[in-house]
Amino acid sequence: MTTVLNVDAVNRSFGDRQVLKDVSFAVESGRLTGFVGANGAGKTTTMRIILGVLAADTGTVTWRGAPMTRAVRSRFGYMPEERGLYPKMAVADQVVYLGRLHGLSTADAKRNTAALLDRLELGERAGDPVEKLSLGNQQRAQIAAALVHDPELLVLDEPFSGLDPLAVDTVVAVLRERAAAGAAVLFSSHQLEVVERLCDDLAIIAEGTIRAAGSRTYLREQYALPRYSVEVGADAGWLRDEPGVTLVELDGPRAVIDLDPATDDQQVLRAALARGPVRAFGPVRPSLAEIFREVIQ
Amino acid sequence: MTTLQATRLVIGRELRAKLRDKAFIFSTVSFLVILVASIAIPAMLESGPTKVAVTDSTYVEALQRAGLEVQQVSDPAAAEQLVRDGDVEAAVVAGPTVVALEDSPDEVVEALSTSPPVQLLDAPPFDPALTIFVPLLLAMLCYITSLLFGLQIAQSVVEEKQTRIVEILVASIPTRALLAGKVVAMTLLAFAQIALLAVIALVGTTVTDLDAGLLDALRPTLGWFLPFFVLGFIMLAAIWAGTGALAARQEDLGSTSGTVQMVVLIPFFAVLFLRDNAAALQFLSYFPFSSPMAMPIRIFQGDAAGWEPFVALAILAGTAVLLLAVGARIYEGSLLRTNTRTSMATAWRSRSTVS
Repeated sequence: MTTVLNVDAVNRSFGDRQVLKDVSFAVESGRLTGFVGANGAGKTTTMRIILGVLAADTGTVTWRGAPMTRAVRSRFGYMPEERGLYPKMAVADQVVYLGRLHGLSTADAKRNTAALLDRLELGERAGDPVEKLSLGNQQRAQIAAALVHDPELLVLDEPFSGLDPLAVDTVVAVLRERAAAGAAVLFSSHQLEVVERLCDDLAIIAEGTIRAAGSRTYLREQYALPRYSVEVGADAGWLRDEPGVTLVELDGPRAVIDLDPATDDQQVLRAALARGPVRAFGPVRPSLAEIFREVIQ
Repeated sequence: MTTLQATRLVIGRELRAKLRDKAFIFSTVSFLVILVASIAIPAMLESGPTKVAVTDSTYVEALQRAGLEVQQVSDPAAAEQLVRDGDVEAAVVAGPTVVALEDSPDEVVEALSTSPPVQLLDAPPFDPALTIFVPLLLAMLCYITSLLFGLQIAQSVVEEKQTRIVEILVASIPTRALLAGKVVAMTLLAFAQIALLAVIALVGTTVTDLDAGLLDALRPTLGWFLPFFVLGFIMLAAIWAGTGALAARQEDLGSTSGTVQMVVLIPFFAVLFLRDNAAALQFLSYFPFSSPMAMPIRIFQGDAAGWEPFVALAILAGTAVLLLAVGARIYEGSLLRTNTRTSMATAWRSRSTVS
């Protein structure tokens, strides 16, 4: 697990509008990195710059410490936000063609395509033109197109939008396999629950700047509120009168509390034990949605 | 993956896609049918030799010498009946009197008359009607084919933009490879179609026994027409691709391709209307947008000196290089602007956005 992709101080403007401001973050191999932000925050522009579809005004993108080249980029797989394949071309032909464009031999491209379409449960439709597929199946074909050449870096722009829940599971499983095999995966999404379930690392972007980046665990600790959940033997209402404690929620023996910065959590625990049995006492980890809301303000 | 390898893959896909496209196959086949028909039908309409009924055997020899089919009958009444029944076109009865139904049968009259020998000092090598027809046909062929295949290039570019696959393609291979692949594939197809038509025309005219003079003039004309056509097509191919890239949807093509359509249309009509004006035709045969149509006409008419086609071809090649660069820049500048129509000026300026 090493840092493979480094986005360093990238700026980009369209006309007078600066879309990216000093965007920096890293993507590690073998991990899934979620790229989160509201619509228009700069996710797609950043991804296009990584893929070389757009140029950065200033700043650099490096791969394993070296500047990007065409040859390096041919080992990337890309699924743009605006999906598209040739409507009249057969699914398999299309995926084989894109594999060939990424430098695979015809035999390798055909073998990978067959395996991938089966894995994505699209094998039976391999010979059908894309326009005959349902939207969900077109999405699967699109993912096959991004994966066919076993890319070292996968860049997926909103890969789950338009997928039904079953397809989401399939795609999630495939992405995990790829990461386990050593690929780096960067995907953007505004569906925070999916990101929360899936990603190892996170980069949060708002109004063109990276507001937070790092592993999910790190971010949760970083943005953990001094919040605890408590369960005691009897009614927990006494916590209301405890110094340095703010009661957030109370439900009989269960309570959620915030501690003032100066308050020692162990002190509160001892006070609870003095009153009787303590069934549970621990910090509440913030959800991704909570972190997101906090950092984008 | 080098640019060349990528270009080759793009060519392969474009060719396969076109050869499976029903509209494309239909247009090619109908072109062929029209050409074959235009050669075969006149030949078929030429009915056999004119039939003549004769009552007096003294005229038989003269009529047969003129290539007529002679039928001897016993009396004028029988001969007249044959004419009325339409079994023969004319009858020759004693006198001699030529009997026919509606029109005076010139062939029969000529066979029975004596005319003085005629000596032409500057005989045309073939039917003068063909000097109008053949160049017109070539210019028409050139015009229709470049318009048809040019539009195909533009359409295939818009298709990639409209379906958004262009972003994956641009992320995978150099934009130049994508453009070059399209231009080469469509040039190959256009050339194949023109060459096929030329071969059919040559074979057809040989089989249907046209005069040797025409064939002698037609062969060098077609020989020169092919390189002129190919270069002329390549010259505009990148511009066609550029106009395709300016459009965001197929519906935009009508307006974005207006200029280039004019570039094809105006020279065609100029050649059509000015072909009798030697000076104008000479100018048109050097002007790159009209030389593929005008120079073959001058070659056909025997007006062009041996070196002239080479000079015109060189001018054409130079212009082609220039316009390929212009077209490529417009193409690259507008390819990723998928949401709305791009203006020519924006496309020209914004090339730097694509690396």
